[in-house]
Amino acid sequence: MTDASFAVIAAAAAVTYGLRLGGLLLAGRLPRTGRFRRFMNALPGTILLSLIVPAALAGGLWSWVATLCTALCSLKTGNVFLSMLLGVGIVAGSRWLGL
Amino acid sequence: MTENQGTQALQQLRVGFVANLVVAASVGAYGSVLGVLAAKKGLSWSELLLMNLSVFAGSAQFVIVDMWLPPLPVVEITLAVLVINMRYLLIGASLEPLFVGTSFRHKALFMHLVADENWAMTMARFHRQKVTTYFLLGGGICVQSAWCLGTMAGHRLGAGIAEPERFGLDFAFVAVFTALVFSFWRGRQDLLPWTVTAVLAYIGASYVPGKWYILIGGVGGALVAAFTPATKPEVTPHD
Repeated sequence: MTDASFAVIAAAAAVTYGLRLGGLLLAGRLPRTGRFRRFMNALPGTILLSLIVPAALAGGLWSWVATLCTALCSLKTGNVFLSMLLGVGIVAGSRWLGL
Repeated sequence: MTENQGTQALQQLRVGFVANLVVAASVGAYGSVLGVLAAKKGLSWSELLLMNLSVFAGSAQFVIVDMWLPPLPVVEITLAVLVINMRYLLIGASLEPLFVGTSFRHKALFMHLVADENWAMTMARFHRQKVTTYFLLGGGICVQSAWCLGTMAGHRLGAGIAEPERFGLDFAFVAVFTALVFSFWRGRQDLLPWTVTAVLAYIGASYVPGKWYILIGGVGGALVAAFTPATKPEVTPHD
């Protein structure tokens, strides 16, 4: 391993770890009342939704269908694994059939 | 730690590990793609392993490998990683209720193994059943193991195994997050913030390069929640 490659990896690791721990420590120092609390309480859901929406829309019609079926299956059964298999199966099947 | 607490911690570690096995296959498959790219770019096995263990962030590692051309642009790569991983600031912040009452050392040790997957899995359960930081850590160990196995296999074995799209595995993350997202729904009060989030995330992903859309959608939607007048007295299950 060269010095340069070690430096790149070390810097990337430090930045990433700093963000992970920094976010947690920062949140502990912020007020836990009123607006701020409503902001923090809403945050987990809005982050997760932000991760999903563009990726689900980017894949075209069958990705839409798969997302919808995954959502319905999850609401009906509450089984994450089954819901995932259904979504992945629909996407894989549509590609395999060249749809 | 008493014996009873020790048993409980181990049990949570195991439950967290098992819960994250759902995403392990696709994490591994994506790791194998990264491994193949890394081998092509001339990263050694030990460099890749060190990066997996220390950086441990999928999309950031793809960008690092992509920018891996000697002489290595240390500053540019670090800045790119900072931007891509900015979401961990929010993810870390959102974990605060889970870590209430823990020591600094505990926080410092446990936060390293936080990835999108085990974070989502933990938060989806947080208000419904008793999960502790050991659940989060167990999930992190599961995701990290799958990530290392996948990348190392890709680096060693080459392109033959790295076609996640063929099996729809690129969709697996969307599917898992979709299955989990309902656990985050707190009722009608979330309708407006979530609509704003979806619209902002979509616009952000279409017009802003990189991963800014996660921050734009996440912060934008949460701000709407913060500035919407509370219609009824706020009740949160953990107070």
